[in-house]
Amino acid sequence: MIPEIGHFALIIALSIAFVQAAVPLAGAGLGVQRWIALAVPAALAQLLFIGISYACLTWVFINHDFSVLYAVKNSNSELPLIYRISGVWGAHEGSLLLWALVLALWTGAVAVFTPNVPRVMRARVLAILGLVSCGFLLFIIITSNPFERLFPAAAQGSDLNPLLQDIGLAIHPPMLYLGYVGFSVAFAFSIAALISGQVDSAWARWSRPWTNIAWLFLTLGIALGSWWAYYELGWGGWWFWDPVENASFMPWIVGTALMHSLAITEKRGTFKAWTALLAIFAFSLSLLGTFLVRSGVLTSVHAFASDPQRGIFILGFLVVVVGGSLALYAWRAPMLKSAAKTNLLSRDGVMLLNNIFLVVACSAILLGTLYPIAIDAMGGKISVGPPYFNLMFLSLTAPLGVLIGIGMLIRWKSDSLQRLGSKLKIPAIVVLVLALLLSFALPEWIWTAYLGIAMALWIAVTVGIAVYERFHGRVLSNALRSTPAGFYGMLLGHLGIAVFIVGVTLTSLYNQEKDLRMAPGDTYEVAGYVFTFHGVRDYDIDNYVATRGGFSVSSESGDFKVDLFPEKRIYRVQTMPMTEAAIDAGLTRDLFIALGEPLDQQGAWAVRIYYKPFIRWVWLGAIIMALGGLFSASDKRYRRLARSSSVERSAAEQAA
Amino acid sequence: MTPARKKRFGLIVLMVAGVAVGVGLALKSLNQNIMFFFTPSEVISGKAPNSKLFRMGGMVVEGSVRRPGDGLTVQFGLTDNEQQVTVKFTGILPDLFREGQGIIANGRLNDSGEFVAEEVLAKHDETYMPPELADMKMGEGN
Repeated sequence: MIPEIGHFALIIALSIAFVQAAVPLAGAGLGVQRWIALAVPAALAQLLFIGISYACLTWVFINHDFSVLYAVKNSNSELPLIYRISGVWGAHEGSLLLWALVLALWTGAVAVFTPNVPRVMRARVLAILGLVSCGFLLFIIITSNPFERLFPAAAQGSDLNPLLQDIGLAIHPPMLYLGYVGFSVAFAFSIAALISGQVDSAWARWSRPWTNIAWLFLTLGIALGSWWAYYELGWGGWWFWDPVENASFMPWIVGTALMHSLAITEKRGTFKAWTALLAIFAFSLSLLGTFLVRSGVLTSVHAFASDPQRGIFILGFLVVVVGGSLALYAWRAPMLKSAAKTNLLSRDGVMLLNNIFLVVACSAILLGTLYPIAIDAMGGKISVGPPYFNLMFLSLTAPLGVLIGIGMLIRWKSDSLQRLGSKLKIPAIVVLVLALLLSFALPEWIWTAYLGIAMALWIAVTVGIAVYERFHGRVLSNALRSTPAGFYGMLLGHLGIAVFIVGVTLTSLYNQEKDLRMAPGDTYEVAGYVFTFHGVRDYDIDNYVATRGGFSVSSESGDFKVDLFPEKRIYRVQTMPMTEAAIDAGLTRDLFIALGEPLDQQGAWAVRIYYKPFIRWVWLGAIIMALGGLFSASDKRYRRLARSSSVERSAAEQAA
Repeated sequence: MTPARKKRFGLIVLMVAGVAVGVGLALKSLNQNIMFFFTPSEVISGKAPNSKLFRMGGMVVEGSVRRPGDGLTVQFGLTDNEQQVTVKFTGILPDLFREGQGIIANGRLNDSGEFVAEEVLAKHDETYMPPELADMKMGEGN
């Protein structure tokens, strides 16, 4: 019964989504108030029914209803409760339902939290979101019904993929989707503005907090995925330029560009057309990501079982969304005249450069990701290796590090080279010299390490100068009160980049990896740590058996000692082996041990030992960046404007 | 041309040149980092390059996995159900590496016609099959 209710609720949600898309849009065009007023209740009703549907699927998983095919394939009565809840989005059907739920949540949030946006505009935004929802709900109902019954019911499920039985991966998809799908709000605002033809900077201000929040979730989602790949896949890497990773990274890059260009459009009234285009791109890339992951066109270590027919549906949807919005853009964009000219030597100019670098970097990744597919269509089979991505991405983003520092200190509108030069000369020299000293303290001098350290220092120092300029010569309490949260958001976002650069540079240049054969009693030294293997023992746990290796690690000086227990697990139902690495994490280094396989009868094992300097900084940087996004989104400005009338708003705009 | 136009023209030429150089570099580095995919039959018939990195995919031949010596080197046969190539790999095999399972290996051929793998990739989902292998019409019930 419950699965039918879920299925039925989904169909009702689809009908509501149609209404939510069509009626308010028509109402806004024809000026019918009652039609316009339908947008908000429709959005909330849609959220309710998708929520019911989602709850039903969760019920199926929690209560082991193995008459539902999807639960049979992805659950098992031995599965712990938390993974029965997260198992709902463990495979295709459920993860699409989660996608739809997240979209409904964002839509509901727009319906409730935008009292400042004119009713007509809000109705259009909700209608666009309803249209997107139509596409996805149709997709689920036609090709991927999670409530499909199995007759006769199975006695037992075939268990969740063991790789997904992990807390990191349990929360990774919801985070990622909150980010991906969150860009639909900026997209909807942009499309609504294009339809109405009234693209003033108010539209940019309305979009900003939504974009920031979506971006912060995407940042966390990607970081979680990277962290999970690091400890769970047992390879010790944190980024592989895998097509599926790229699929989530591309919207992030364009989203970053969008946040900056929204800032310019709000502040200066320029780049309107560009901002609208970026909003379209960010969401289109999110859809493309969904297509790439779900269609199975890619050879990827991350790709899961998939179905080409589904791929064709998403591809069609993608073509409609991207084609439709670009056509609208081409028709309406000429109306988006900028209020002022842009001087390259200004904060607007620097941010424009940042946008160009980000978009070009994203294009390079897109090229490398789609090239194999294009070649495949012509009958060849190739893959593009990580060196391509590393080279392209690093050379295109390195100038960004310099620009970040300049961008925080340069004035809006226009600035003089002289003023800027006298301000930046000494910090630049200090950074270059200090970085040189630091780079000589490293085990080996490598010029890219020097470059990375200099870049991170440069960002940190310019953040310091920005703070100094803000607070210098003012009463602290006054200065604190008058400083907008967005300022701290900017500082944190950029500091996060600096921390991230340190992590990436040091861990990729100075990590040490050893694959070796170890018999009980053997010792091996890596980077000043002595690893001793004591043999393995078998354990019997919930839904798997584990072979646990005992290792002790001590530093050569003897003042550090830790025991590590990597595991090899065999999950009973899927009889799938899994490597569970043991990691001693630290702020300046991780020690990582993974068991390979038994090599002989005497107890020797293949063992993988890693020394990873500063790898935590990679994710720490991402967390700091996300915090920056949170600060920016919480800026009082957005809430204050929520209460003021539109007259006051336009007055505020003129003052800005 | 007026000076303003001249300036704008110069700017456009510069931009076009910049884009051209950028695209050229991108394509060059793309070409250097492309790995082609070959089946064991294609490798046997000499279609694969001799010293360049490439990918080879197929099924691990049942009963062929051996460890010569006492190190980490492992050796196995890879087949597309027509021909078979011997693969050598030193390192730790992925969890889902099994006999009779589809895998993809990155590496190059040595002088005796064996494939020396630098990396071995196995699927990480019970039902997932790399598209390259799916095309090969393998008799396995995946």
